Amino acid sequence: MRYFLLIFGVAVVAVMAIAGRRYDDGGSPSRKPPIYIFPDMDRQLKLRPQEPNGFFANGTSSQLPVAGTIAQTKPIMVGNKAVYAFEDSPVNTGKVAGSTNFVEVNPLPITAELLKRGQQRYTISCAPCHGALADGNGITKKVGAMAVVANLHDQRIVGMTDGELFHVITHGRNLMGAYGPNVPTEDRWAIIAYLRALQLSRLGTLEDVPQELRATLK
Amino acid sequence: MSAIFPKWTNRLPLYIIIGVLLAGTAVTAGVWYYCTPKYTRVGYQPIQPVAFSHATHAGQLGIDCRYCHTGVEKSWFSNIPAASTCMNCHNQVLKDDPRLALVRESAASGKPIPWVQIHKLPDFAYFNHSVHVNRGISCVECHGRVDQMEEVVHAKPFSMAFCLECHRQPETKLRPLDKITDLAWQPESHAKQIEFGKRAMKDWKVESLQTCSACHR
Ligand code: HEC
Ligand code: HEC
Ligand code: HEC
Ligand code: HEC
Ligand code: HEC
Ligand code: HEC
Repeated sequence: MRYFLLIFGVAVVAVMAIAGRRYDDGGSPSRKPPIYIFPDMDRQLKLRPQEPNGFFANGTSSQLPVAGTIAQTKPIMVGNKAVYAFEDSPVNTGKVAGSTNFVEVNPLPITAELLKRGQQRYTISCAPCHGALADGNGITKKVGAMAVVANLHDQRIVGMTDGELFHVITHGRNLMGAYGPNVPTEDRWAIIAYLRALQLSRLGTLEDVPQELRATLK
Repeated sequence: MSAIFPKWTNRLPLYIIIGVLLAGTAVTAGVWYYCTPKYTRVGYQPIQPVAFSHATHAGQLGIDCRYCHTGVEKSWFSNIPAASTCMNCHNQVLKDDPRLALVRESAASGKPIPWVQIHKLPDFAYFNHSVHVNRGISCVECHGRVDQMEEVVHAKPFSMAFCLECHRQPETKLRPLDKITDLAWQPESHAKQIEFGKRAMKDWKVESLQTCSACHR
């Protein structure tokens, strides 16, 4: 019995010493992949996105579509007209159909909903650099990491057509990267609508304030 | 005539019972403690090819999760950003830093950075990010405080019990839709949370999904 107890004790201590504690019990993180005690059908022969895969020549499971492919998506509603992603329309290109001229104004009807969406998307995609006020003082500038960030209240940028802004967001310009791949078309127009509202907030004059409210301003 | 069995054998049944009890307890305790995903998965923190820090980017700089994980609201899959997304900033920030050599190379060549996947359900379980994120479930419920992690670590067990715990009573976890990526958000009080959760379940038509075919389809 004594030997049994001794061996038992040693075995328990050995298991605990080797296996350690659970991470949420204060154990240390593990660099080794999780253990599958019963692997059953955990891993099946199917493709998961963004994984290495030997089937294709470039070795990844997610393949780029053939150049020129346009994804089948829900059309964008402009008023009550449906515009599909393959159409040569200002909504998709920012340009007047059949020409290289930028459209003057946002082709989407400006609604409170669109502005709200624009505000949310602006905060996610643009504010890290251009700042919540669009004055170019985003967090990257504040920590001194980024030297050049455009102030979107700049005369030149206020004077741009909406189509040109769309072009800048979609394809980037100079030091600014392209946001076309990350921000869907509809959201880009929403951002532009919100950006215009931000710019207006700096350009307002006393004349824009209704007569009866002017006294409350000073 | 000497005894065939020595005297201690009288106590043998007792020894066997004690031995079996001890061993049984130890094995049960060991399996309970070590053989669940709370041990086998939680704490997994592989070495990543680039020393990317969520604590710096999402915490300190306050970049929204969706700046990089753009697909999380739209699809079942939450994508890892392409190197070009990093280069939006890192074409100016730490432009020649050796820690980012792989990112620059990947952006130039289009060859993906070999990030090591941490969270991974078995292939027989169906999961969908957009359903959760658009219905008021925050990243923090399933991934922990990523915004405080220097390196991402598997924080929750992702066992079936873990999923069901919330599916049985989603009202305890639902939060306003603009606080999904605000991992530090806390409800004012438990009572407020339940009140909000109950209302949200009605307004957003959130069901308490416990049927097997919800996740095993
Ligand atoms: C990673 C940082 C970063 C983010 C995020 C960013 N920008 Fe920029 N943006 C810049 C920089 C840097 C410039 C200045 C480019 C230059 O002049 O070289 C710039 C310039 C611009 C310009 C002026 C272009 C010109 O002709 O001078 C516009 C308009 C603009 N950004 C809009 C946006 C919008 C809208 C978003 C959100 C979708 C956005 N930016 C997100 C960094 C950023
Ligand atoms: C919004 C801008 C922005 C984006 C996008 C961004 N970074 Fe950073 N990154 C920064 C800033 C700012 C720093 C801090 C620089 C400093 O410490 O001076 C930084 C620092 C780093 C560092 C240095 C280590 C550290 O934590 O200080 C690494 C490595 C890094 N980033 C990798 C990446 C990778 C990989 C991506 C893409 C997934 C990425 N970054 C995307 C702005 C950004
Ligand atoms: C600057 C871009 C960036 C931002 C912002 C960002 N992430 Fe990430 N995230 C990455 C990259 C790159 C990886 C892959 C490398 C890694 O695992 O550290 C990653 C990995 C992860 C993983 C682990 C993925 C796996 O393999 O299982 C989780 C979970 C995650 N991010 C959650 C979040 C959450 C939650 C936020 C918001 C608080 C966030 N991320 C913000 C770039 C980003
Ligand atoms: C209800 C739980 C839950 C919520 C909420 C959740 N996730 Fe996940 N996440 C998961 C699961 C489960 C996986 C593993 C999926 C798989 O098997 O590929 C995962 C995987 C990931 C991955 C890795 C994908 C890969 O294959 O490399 C990232 C990145 C990620 N989540 C980011 C986020 C972000 C950002 C949020 C918040 C906006 C979020 N998650 C919210 C459960 C969740
Ligand atoms: C913190 C709470 C929470 C956690 C944790 C959670 N879920 Fe959910 N889940 C929800 C809510 C809320 C819904 C929305 C129910 C509805 O559609 O009415 C949902 C819906 C779903 C759906 C239904 C999707 C559809 O298309 O109908 C699936 C599948 C699912 N969850 C799988 C999982 C899995 C797998 C896990 C564990 C990795 C998990 N969930 C963890 C809260 C949670
Ligand atoms: C909320 C989603 C969800 C629901 C509902 C659900 N499961 Fe699961 N189930 C999971 C996940 C996730 C796993 C994988 C757990 C793991 O890997 O640790 C799993 C694993 C399992 C396994 C273990 C398979 C193995 O060998 O490891 C069985 C058996 C199972 N489920 C049966 C059921 C049955 C029966 C029901 C209905 C009563 C059910 N599940 C409902 C999410 C769910």
